[in-house]
Amino acid sequence: MLGDGILKGMAETARNFFGSFVSDERLTTVEYPEQRIPTVEAARVFPFLVYDGANWEAGMRCVACQICEKECPPKCIYIEKSADKKPDFVGKQQFYPTRFDIDVSVCMSCQICVEVCPFEAIKMDTQFELATEDRFGGLLYDRKELSRSNEYYHSIHPTEAGEVDARLAEEKAKVEARAKAAAEAAAAKAAAAANPTQLAGGGS
Amino acid sequence: MTVVENKAERAEGWNRPQVIEPDGEGELLEVAMGPHHPSTHGVFRMDVALDGERVVRLKPVFGYLHRNHEKIAEGASYLASMPYTDRLDYFCSLTNNWAYALAVEKLVGQVVPERAEYIRVILAELTRVQNHASSIGFLIQEMGASGTPLMYAFKEREKILDLFESLTGSRMMCNYMRFGGCRVDVSASWLDATRKVVAGLPAFVDEFEALLSSNEILMARCQGVGILRPELAINAGVSGPMLRGSGVNYDVRKVDHYGIYDRFKFRIPLGDHGDIYDRYMVRILEMRESIKIIEQALRDLPAGPIMDTRAKLRGFRPKPGEAYGRIEAPKGELGFYLISDGGLNPYRYRVRPPSLINLTILEDMCLGHNVADVVLIFGSVDIVLGEVDR
Repeated sequence: MLGDGILKGMAETARNFFGSFVSDERLTTVEYPEQRIPTVEAARVFPFLVYDGANWEAGMRCVACQICEKECPPKCIYIEKSADKKPDFVGKQQFYPTRFDIDVSVCMSCQICVEVCPFEAIKMDTQFELATEDRFGGLLYDRKELSRSNEYYHSIHPTEAGEVDARLAEEKAKVEARAKAAAEAAAAKAAAAANPTQLAGGGS
Repeated sequence: MTVVENKAERAEGWNRPQVIEPDGEGELLEVAMGPHHPSTHGVFRMDVALDGERVVRLKPVFGYLHRNHEKIAEGASYLASMPYTDRLDYFCSLTNNWAYALAVEKLVGQVVPERAEYIRVILAELTRVQNHASSIGFLIQEMGASGTPLMYAFKEREKILDLFESLTGSRMMCNYMRFGGCRVDVSASWLDATRKVVAGLPAFVDEFEALLSSNEILMARCQGVGILRPELAINAGVSGPMLRGSGVNYDVRKVDHYGIYDRFKFRIPLGDHGDIYDRYMVRILEMRESIKIIEQALRDLPAGPIMDTRAKLRGFRPKPGEAYGRIEAPKGELGFYLISDGGLNPYRYRVRPPSLINLTILEDMCLGHNVADVVLIFGSVDIVLGEVDR
């Protein structure tokens, strides 16, 4: 009969319409500013710089190697390297960025800077409500605005941050073990230099 | 003698519809549909010459969304082009990723671990389901049913996009595949969520079909409209559901067996008449086949690494040479052609976009039809302007 298909389709619509009164699963939308869907852990919006400890300038992990600047597809990162060095988390002397700007109006949230960073210094934020009145200066973040503590990183990406911390701790332990071994070797050498006869006697 | 015959054959083979002559009464009306027409899926212009309601000439005008993708990629490293491929066909970023990764893997000579291949298949088929659902929704919207079917499709698409987001971090710009594998591994909870969504998909397709397939208005508007003959489709290089809607059995998944598609059992739905309804039906059936593939892949997913251990993320220099990687994207054959001169970035980078090539026969399908049908025929091609103009 002509019109059968239309009636069938309308029955489907009616089923969904009345179904939404009895089943919450059929309600697929939320009223955004009042209700919010929690962001997933993997979510990524714009990058930030991680620092350890309380002082953002002293604890900044970035060593200004400029790999992210080179690899960034839309070239939204600008870095100036320092002339002097400061110790990093294992105590090794490293450069640091005197300037680290990200133009988030250009950034396309691709996460490539995070992937290429060998120092776990740049990570993705999940904050997406960033509207500002100043569209040039307000969206050009400098290194102070970009820096976030490691605790904050843990709060938004717990699993990933845990893995990163474990990796860094391992690296630190390795460096410390190496330093300890080197110190012991140096001490042994110094001791050997102090009384060479004993060493010669032991060696023969 | 023979040459002439061949020529005649070739002219026959092209099988263009006869040129529509105006009836001589009054003047032709030239209308520029687009670039801001709501039916044009973005910024696309059709210069249509009308004799009354009938289309006499139609000229597609591309290029309003040109972003210089290919030239940018030639100046950027191989890795840096990956997020740009998301933005070609922004409905199916994962298949774009795959095609590009495949081309680079061929160029470098990398192997992809089993698990990564399975993950790629799962994600690509999920992409196909959501693309076909929403493209049918858009088609019906252009028919005048503003909202309902499209929202039904988007409701389902939302679930799939949530899966993409929880895995890749982004709903549409996934940037997930890497040369020699995938970026992050799937977790057990993600697989459970996927199984749940996939279990609900057949019911969704049934519902969609109950809503639409036997609808008399849809049949009246779609059947016998915008016929694409198989000879013309082959000669014009059309691919994807457009080609199969015309009854040509050609699917890169079956022809190339790229990835691990030879391990799955699935069929290729074919149309009979090459009209809009056939294309609609082919998309519906392809969704059903895709669901089957996902189920098989989820069942067989092996454990193991997801990245080739020898794969380098950045700073690799492929040997001089060329490679063409192609896959069956939801819209048709998507290919990336790369030439390397041994440097850090490709010497030549070329995209073979299915949307653009499927769009070239628009005039042939539209001639002689009414203006209202042009909107519908255009919708049935299923294009995304980001891919047409690049």
